[in-house]
Amino acid sequence: MKYLAMVAALAAPTFAFANPDPANWDAVTSEANGQTVYWNAWGGSTTTNDFIAWVGDRVMEDYGVTLEHVKLTDTADAVTRVLSEKQAGEDDDGAIDMIWINGSNFAAMKDAELLFGPFAEQLPNWAVVDSEGKTVQTDFTVPVEGYESPWAMAQVVFVHNTATMPDTLGSMDALLEWAQANPGRFSYPQPPDFLGTTFLKQALVDILDDPSVLQTAATDENYDEVTAPLWAYLDALTPHLWREGRAYPATGTAMFPLIADGELDLSISFSPGAASTAIANFELPDTVRTFVLDDGTIGNASFVAIPYNSGSAAGAMVVANFLMSPEAQARAQDPNVLGYGTVLNMDALTADDRALFDSLELGIATLSPAELGTVQAEPHPSWMTRIADDWVNRYGAGQ
Amino acid sequence: MNKSLTLQDVCILRGGKPLIEVDHVIQAGETLTVMGPSGVGKSTLLAFITGTLPSAFTGMGQILLGDENITQKPSHSRHIGILFQDDLLFPHMSVGANLAFGMPAGGSKSERRAKIEAGLRDVGLEDFADRDPATLSGGQKARVALMRMLLSNPRALLLDEAFSRLDAEMRAQVRDLVFRTAKERELPVLMVTHDAEDAKAAGGEVIELKNLSQA
Amino acid sequence: MLRFLPALTLIAMLGPVIAGLWGTVLPALGQLPSAGLHGPSLDPFRDLFGWGGLFDAARLSAATGLIATALSLGIVALISASWAGTDAFQTLERLLSPLLSVPHAAAAFGLAFLIAPSGWVARLLSPVLTGWERPPDILIVQDPLGLAMIAGLVVKEVPFLLLMTIAAMGQAQPRRSLLVAQSLGYGRVTGWLKTVFPRVYTQIRLPVYVVIAYSMSVVDVAVILGPTTPPTLSVQIVKWMSDPNLSMRLTGAAAALLQLVLVIGALCFWWLGERIIARVGKRWIMSGRRGLLDAPIRVLSLGLGSISALAVFFGLASLLIWSFAAFWSFPNVLPDGFTMRTWTRHGPDAFTTLGETFLIAGVAVLLALALVLGCLEAEHRSGRPLTRRGLWMLYLPLLVPQTAFLPGLQTLLLSIGADVGRIPVIFAHLVFVLPYVFLSLGDPWRSWDTRNAIVAGALGARPWAVFWRVRVPMLLRPILTATAVGVAVSVGQYLPTLLIGGGRVSTLTTEAVALASGGDRRAIGVYGLVQTLAALVPFTLALIVPAILWRNRRNLHE
Repeated sequence: MKYLAMVAALAAPTFAFANPDPANWDAVTSEANGQTVYWNAWGGSTTTNDFIAWVGDRVMEDYGVTLEHVKLTDTADAVTRVLSEKQAGEDDDGAIDMIWINGSNFAAMKDAELLFGPFAEQLPNWAVVDSEGKTVQTDFTVPVEGYESPWAMAQVVFVHNTATMPDTLGSMDALLEWAQANPGRFSYPQPPDFLGTTFLKQALVDILDDPSVLQTAATDENYDEVTAPLWAYLDALTPHLWREGRAYPATGTAMFPLIADGELDLSISFSPGAASTAIANFELPDTVRTFVLDDGTIGNASFVAIPYNSGSAAGAMVVANFLMSPEAQARAQDPNVLGYGTVLNMDALTADDRALFDSLELGIATLSPAELGTVQAEPHPSWMTRIADDWVNRYGAGQ
Repeated sequence: MNKSLTLQDVCILRGGKPLIEVDHVIQAGETLTVMGPSGVGKSTLLAFITGTLPSAFTGMGQILLGDENITQKPSHSRHIGILFQDDLLFPHMSVGANLAFGMPAGGSKSERRAKIEAGLRDVGLEDFADRDPATLSGGQKARVALMRMLLSNPRALLLDEAFSRLDAEMRAQVRDLVFRTAKERELPVLMVTHDAEDAKAAGGEVIELKNLSQA
Repeated sequence: MLRFLPALTLIAMLGPVIAGLWGTVLPALGQLPSAGLHGPSLDPFRDLFGWGGLFDAARLSAATGLIATALSLGIVALISASWAGTDAFQTLERLLSPLLSVPHAAAAFGLAFLIAPSGWVARLLSPVLTGWERPPDILIVQDPLGLAMIAGLVVKEVPFLLLMTIAAMGQAQPRRSLLVAQSLGYGRVTGWLKTVFPRVYTQIRLPVYVVIAYSMSVVDVAVILGPTTPPTLSVQIVKWMSDPNLSMRLTGAAAALLQLVLVIGALCFWWLGERIIARVGKRWIMSGRRGLLDAPIRVLSLGLGSISALAVFFGLASLLIWSFAAFWSFPNVLPDGFTMRTWTRHGPDAFTTLGETFLIAGVAVLLALALVLGCLEAEHRSGRPLTRRGLWMLYLPLLVPQTAFLPGLQTLLLSIGADVGRIPVIFAHLVFVLPYVFLSLGDPWRSWDTRNAIVAGALGARPWAVFWRVRVPMLLRPILTATAVGVAVSVGQYLPTLLIGGGRVSTLTTEAVALASGGDRRAIGVYGLVQTLAALVPFTLALIVPAILWRNRRNLHE
């Protein structure tokens, strides 16, 4: 196995070493028939759970694959599980066949050679994935190389109440100017909350003339210089935040009631459809809309990966492929189901498949895939860790 | 068969110091009255006889029922009935259930029921079996308590200020009933009281307890 | 068997505390083999003192705890002084059980919904009185001084201390003392404070200490109402303990020891305050001043007491309204409409969690009841009552701050490979349920007339028959009340469930507090209400069951 993975890393990514071989799709589907796939996925949201159950029904219908959702509270648990199986010598039929994964967990598993593949780019539906426009080939700057296959996009959008703030903003500098003119009407979740740190990343990416430096790991040499404009920006912004920055909302959703009550005019979200869903749930007024910055906003993809010791890798690939199908993608984008962004390229779809997306009522506050514009890549994780720690010391521990 | 209650060289100590000393035989159907100022340890004597002496006290000597030495027996197998100044009917049981609680196990349901009815009739409380004890008058409760004890087939009877809570008229009535029944059933009776009337009604021997620890 | 129960109870109660403290000391000195770290080293403390927020966090913990306790005690003393023995006081007494059973988290949520800048109070007054068309940008909830948190603690500790005071007054014969004082020309309030309070305070001293330790280390209330930049020391400890980076546990353990020192320091400080006030008080008593300012003090105390009770009730009412609210924006006093939508979305999960909550509470309380009844019965049979030292032992698990020993207990369980889960959580709950069940049942159990046992024994009943057929049925009401107290304590436990359950055991409290960060007021409404229900239902049953069972037994009714 170790030998294989090493060769795989050296070889061209199109060259498949995986067994079963995803390039031979007919063999995969016939092997998958009758297999049971244990999908370890975060189980904290009833809407996600319902969606996974629907996927299970569909892959059973079309391919005879049984899908079992193992509900996780923390994806790291699944990583630990595979690691301990490897240490215990369970190399052929581990408990996990598929994991909803991204970011550091993927990096850790790929690094420790715990993944099956490469397989993603050989799946039939890869052809319709927007591999250029969406960030599906890197995962927090780690090259994906076919070791995980994408199924949903998250992207930063700004949420504003048009009743009190009719205009959209084009850049972080514009946001600062607006905040200075409208003190107390903007806030972001308190880092290290993940949306809060995302706001810091978004600010940094937008302020920097050339954010490409963020694509490699931060070093002691460049960190202070690169982040200096961010701290200057935050020092200017903080006094004009909600509660003058003496308190922060705990999470992204905690800002919804603040908008509903008129405390905030503007906030940030990592889910383009969340505002529409919140309007439907009475959590936001129907005057709320979303916008993205002129240069685009940060986004990342959710992936599924297959552990190296899965006994049902064929079944797992069938599920992964189905997740990228126009049918599943359109359903996931339906705000009444999940409201997740699609990873597909609209131009690559047949007219019938496109119609699936065009007929979706995205909700009044959700931008269309075209309006969401350019997706900016996530910075290397090392930046985030240091920035979050610094933020806590500067703004989170009492001034 | 010898039905007497014998207190043989009984001495109760508190903290190593003697509190009470009694040496006496109570014949069947007779009453021994123990009198003395409060705090002298009259109730402690009864506790020793029922086998419930608090741990602060030490009891010495022997207690015999007839020829049987019961000094070391657990409380529940001594067959010594006791009546306190309060009726102490169990408030969660009906009058009938209170009586049944004391009756030895055995016999069919209807037999037990018949015994209860008969017992209540004996004390003039016919048809009281299903009543809540709380709805009875003081005298009625005292009579139920007496009958409850009698139905448990005691071999001796202890009275701890048993009549002091009753008003004068009721007191005479209940007292007569108790002593009459004790005579009929040939039970030795030990009565603790500070009321000379009680002692007179009992008609038996009277001993005055002195406070040994102060003497 | 019965002989070993007191020892077993002590082990169940103090074992986890001692083990937990041990498990805290080791990592605080750098020893955490499961993360490959070996001590001894002072690095954890160096890291702790290197944290920029430490001073503020520690100051917050100490100040909120002491101020909340002093305020609660002051309100309770003034209410009792002004109103004890009156009809108004009896009304207040009847409100105690429901007030006590409201879990801290639910009360805190309710309070937040009331006093926030967009809360119900501001809505009632706006815009007519305040001119606010939009909520003012002022920091009320989560303020850096912890005032909202103090308020949240006071509304829950006032009923607790009042209950303790009422129990203590039963032994102090306040009526006679007050009569004597009044006949000597003293005002009611002054008379009570001079003649009754000193005796009552000796009785409620331990509960007051419990309130100090609890308030200083509380986590759920601090998460909901406390500041975040930085949070209180306890909240920060929990954050460190749940960091995926295992080495952060070392800092957390060091902070836990600091928390312990802080609580001990605060208790010493309070003790010193007691001496000083006793001395000043003595002089005041000797001065012979009659203090005839009764009327304003009575009005003030009634006002404070009512506000603290009403804050809880209106808080719950706001939870109820939010749980059914359609869109509801500031400054509308009521929502635009009502909907079942939130209940259909969160109700099923909430009631599933209610099942888990009751399962844990049920097992913990049954164990506690078995141990407590066993201890009390052993005490009865041996005739040796609980000593003063025994009483301290009972209070010990309540005096050691939870954040000091639970993190250690969790680390210890991890390192011996014991799986986190429901069973360790039940035993962790038992640590807190046991003392409360013991304290709740002890007095009624001991005040039972033991001549009943003598009579029953004389009637031929064996000791266990006396226990089951006479004593337990006669004491059914206090036993059920103790059960309800135990359930309420278990339902309200946040930290033991979170830390010992390793995040895998969810009760209504952990779910509700987790929702706090999400800010979904409708979902919080649902969980807060179901949580309150979970604590309130057993109290109601404790009233109803004996009433039905003993409907024809007048002497078993109060």
